[in-house]
Amino acid sequence: MSRLANAFSKGRPALVTFVTAGDPTPDATPAILDALVEGGADVIELGMPFTDPMADGPAIQAANLRSLAAGTRTADILRIATDFRARHPEVPLVLMGYANPMTIRGPEWFAAECARAGVDGVICVDIPPEEDPELGPALRSAGIALIRLATPTTDAKRLPTVLQDTSGFLYYVSVAGITGKQQAALGSIEDAVARLKSATELPVAVGFGVRTPDQASAIAKVADGVVVGSALVEMVAEWGPDAAGPVREATRALADAVHSAKEIGQQ
Amino acid sequence: MNAPNPNSFRNQPDERGHFGQFGGRYVAETLMPLILDLEKEYKAAKDDPSFREEFEDLLEHYVGRPSPLYFAPRLTEELGGAQVWFKRDELNHTGAHKINNCIGQILLAIRMGKTRIIAETGAGQHGVATATVAARFGLPCVVYMGATDVERQQPNVFRMKLLGAEVIPVESGARTLKDAMNEALRDWVANVHDTFYIIGTAAGPHPYPELVRDFQSVIGREAREQMLARTGKLPDLLVAAIGGGSNAIGLFHPFLDDADVKMLGVEAAGHGLDKQHAASLAGGRPGILHGNKTYLLQDEDGQIAEAHSISAGLDYPGIGPEHSWLKEIGRVDYTSVTDDEALQAFQLLCRTEGIIPALEPSHAIAAVRKVAPTMGKDEIILANLCGRGDKDIFTVADALGVKL
Ligand SMILES: Cc1ncc(COP(=O)(O)O)c(C=O)c1O
Repeated sequence: MSRLANAFSKGRPALVTFVTAGDPTPDATPAILDALVEGGADVIELGMPFTDPMADGPAIQAANLRSLAAGTRTADILRIATDFRARHPEVPLVLMGYANPMTIRGPEWFAAECARAGVDGVICVDIPPEEDPELGPALRSAGIALIRLATPTTDAKRLPTVLQDTSGFLYYVSVAGITGKQQAALGSIEDAVARLKSATELPVAVGFGVRTPDQASAIAKVADGVVVGSALVEMVAEWGPDAAGPVREATRALADAVHSAKEIGQQ
Repeated sequence: MNAPNPNSFRNQPDERGHFGQFGGRYVAETLMPLILDLEKEYKAAKDDPSFREEFEDLLEHYVGRPSPLYFAPRLTEELGGAQVWFKRDELNHTGAHKINNCIGQILLAIRMGKTRIIAETGAGQHGVATATVAARFGLPCVVYMGATDVERQQPNVFRMKLLGAEVIPVESGARTLKDAMNEALRDWVANVHDTFYIIGTAAGPHPYPELVRDFQSVIGREAREQMLARTGKLPDLLVAAIGGGSNAIGLFHPFLDDADVKMLGVEAAGHGLDKQHAASLAGGRPGILHGNKTYLLQDEDGQIAEAHSISAGLDYPGIGPEHSWLKEIGRVDYTSVTDDEALQAFQLLCRTEGIIPALEPSHAIAAVRKVAPTMGKDEIILANLCGRGDKDIFTVADALGVKL
């Protein structure tokens, strides 16, 4: 079983955590990633910083700029991923970011580097299924999952297009908007997840606007996974190079809430 | 009906919104359904005579079209070569070509039942034009503008406010046009249900590059007819400044299949191509930003560089995808001129023709100044005078060391 499939087959919902690579510096990121794992995160999303993060709210925008200001290069991110894989052979690692840094040296180059670094999946915000040739075929033939986003605007007619060639898990963006504080009503999330699950076998993780253990637990009751990003990124902003400790504690509280939300029958 | 000409330069983009390898729809999933909807609505509008009638009626009676085609005798004499003619889009309502596109897009917005308008702006010309059409149709309007541009374009900020728009200064990045566009896209994803994004240039995700080009092509269509009526022939060379490329493609597109008409797009070389500039074709590489694949100023990792131009309307690290394609296939030539050359051309036109141009078309005039003397006196250059300079007098005074 792949690392990603494994993470969603533990008989309970999965916690997916996001931080930006190189924030506050490339040297500080490994300890923060270790803290996420120690705190109980099941999947690690590592953000690739970009100068123009147009789908992100203020917290992750600022993290992108802090990382770039610290001199983070693509080579640093790949090194962080490679070292992470050596330290944590079992924990799935997903790179998340924007099209230009991922495709600028050609999709084959990026896919090969991801494979070499032990990356399990890639989420690219601004490559919709319509532009899949730009990245998807290269990733898939290198054995890397291309994880797509479904949103409140993805209607039933469009859903099969989004699901086609998606693997790993399906990321449900619960609000029509940017990352940050805005939250969707629980009822709407439950309906959406049910709709998605009737169309795919893939696990469905829900993100955008999830901040507290209580919120995470409520969503975990209706989904296969919960994604927390901005809340952790804000802790990195607050604690800087000393963020590992507080991030570990926050992750533990989130993981406990998510893992105990419900039991999921083994398939 | 004529069969479509497979060798035409005027049949782009393809079904997927690609101009060769450029263009496309690189947007977040949240926006994708809306973009597809817009494409469908635009196709229907194009075939709807009542849409075209309303567009043309507003262009005539509200914008003041057709704009004149003007032969510039003293500039021609001073340059001592080809005859220099101008398409006078600076005489439009609101003082630039931007309004042509805004009229078309707001009619689309209304057709789609959208009730709120957003836009990005650099110099403020597109912001003013958008605020203008929003006022004309009674829709609320929010304009995103980089905080740096808010400071350097105060008169336009006040104009937008007078017209009832809310101007939101954008504090991220270098606080210029690129950042304003990021923020407008963020607003849009959060408000897709009721909001129409009026993009100000021939860039962004498909179908924007196509529809902006089509709305701006009124410039080239009029110019072609006017030139034939006045001189009995077509111009030898078209010249236009390029920010995102909307005034240029609007002039060029109707002439693309006239094999004898050469074309020159003029990018902003800022402090010089070896220093900070905004010439994405001259100094950039293909990449993906703001919904399209096109030439971008960027580093090896694909991080976008900050542009610089004295002209806020050209101060953008990208260019519309159709220009990237026209460059690669060689149909259009592209060059660049510096801030200093544009400033000299600005003064030259004031002095020789009694016309104060905007700093954007001053770049085109600077290029005309270089090429006209190399051409014969029987040859014709047609340049797009796409904006007037009232908005720029503070910037120019500052650059010339004059205190107002
Ligand atoms: C007068 C004028 N010309 C040109 C431009 C550049 O845009 P484009 O290249 O789309 O014509 C602007 C942009 O603000 C402008 O105001």
